[in-house]
Amino acid sequence: MRIAADIFTIVAILTGAFFFLAGTVGLLRFPDTLTRLHALTKADNLGLGLVVLGLLPQSNSVFAGLKMILVWLLVLLASATVSQLIARAARRDGPPS
Amino acid sequence: MSDALHLALIALLLALAFWTVVARETFAAVAGFVSYGLLLTLAWVALSAVDVALTEAAIGAGLTGALLIGAASRLRKTEAAARTEWPGRATRVLAAIVASAVAAAIAACVLLLPDPAPTLAPEVAQNLASTGVGNPITAVLMSFRAMDTMLEAIVLLFGLIAIWSLASDRYWGGRPGLAPVYEPNGILAYLARVLPPIGIVVGIYILWVGADYPGGKFQGGTVLAAMWLLLMMSGLHDAPAVSRRWVRLVLIGGPAVFILVGVLGVFVANAFLAYPAGFAKPLIIVIEVALLPSLAVTLTLLLIGPPQRSESPP
Repeated sequence: MRIAADIFTIVAILTGAFFFLAGTVGLLRFPDTLTRLHALTKADNLGLGLVVLGLLPQSNSVFAGLKMILVWLLVLLASATVSQLIARAARRDGPPS
Repeated sequence: MSDALHLALIALLLALAFWTVVARETFAAVAGFVSYGLLLTLAWVALSAVDVALTEAAIGAGLTGALLIGAASRLRKTEAAARTEWPGRATRVLAAIVASAVAAAIAACVLLLPDPAPTLAPEVAQNLASTGVGNPITAVLMSFRAMDTMLEAIVLLFGLIAIWSLASDRYWGGRPGLAPVYEPNGILAYLARVLPPIGIVVGIYILWVGADYPGGKFQGGTVLAAMWLLLMMSGLHDAPAVSRRWVRLVLIGGPAVFILVGVLGVFVANAFLAYPAGFAKPLIIVIEVALLPSLAVTLTLLLIGPPQRSESPP
């Protein structure tokens, strides 16, 4: 049981790390603000979700696990809002560069 | 954390610090500074100093970062003009030498510390029980070195008075910051409706767990201040005129309670800020709870700047 949980953790966190890497590559390689935002917000939210999911079997209490899920939800809310605000500022300041 | 991760963290910190120093644009330098603060938070966690990590994230990166972003956006208009009057090469080389010397002196002090470094940790651990709190950091801040914490809270008030004194005579005592623009269907207004209930609970929770785990009034107060700032930025709520009586009362309430408890100690425990035996924990909680709103309002008003509008809405 312990080993199964550990394997699950490793696989989930590695997948999460892959999404973070993909998001970062997108940030560096995509041509303009809007596409870079797209890469970052989508990939990083999923990556963080997978990391949290992977850490859940390792948490000592249900309360600690719930706190991690809450952190993920708050990051989702914050990054969705901030990406909207950045996108609006980018559109207002003229053609994306 | 393994050595490889530590080394990677140190390398990143050094690289980011260097980049922040050489960045040409003020705004880019601020962005570097905020990322540097967040990385530093990780470094403190790696050193098992979670209390310091929380403070670094909340105040070092968050609050200071927000202050610097505000300063950078005000400087933006004059930045190009300022660049034309850059100091000469000699001045810059001299500044670099002096700054490097200071850094070298600090590094030497840290490296030349006796091994093991002098520490008061065993004494704190021994006397922790007498304070009634479980978190040694809170015991040091609120009992053994309560004087430092009191002066820290008071110095923030002085900072706020200094900022207010930058207001022009016309707007003295008026509302701080620019008039908010309210967009009822904007995404910021939506966030300002959804987030504060959660943020207020989190802020009070951070204060409450501070007695036994990492946390406390400064970190909790920063979260509360962020929620209030969000309400102001979204336009759902306007900043109060700083001459309002309730604003002044909340600002001085926390420090006043701290000083009162300290003076009480002179009469019942024979020393300023000494707690009578058995009453340490309740008194610490009274001070912390009184300081939370004061700190939250002080930090918010520090960030929002000097009064720029008259009391009545135009």
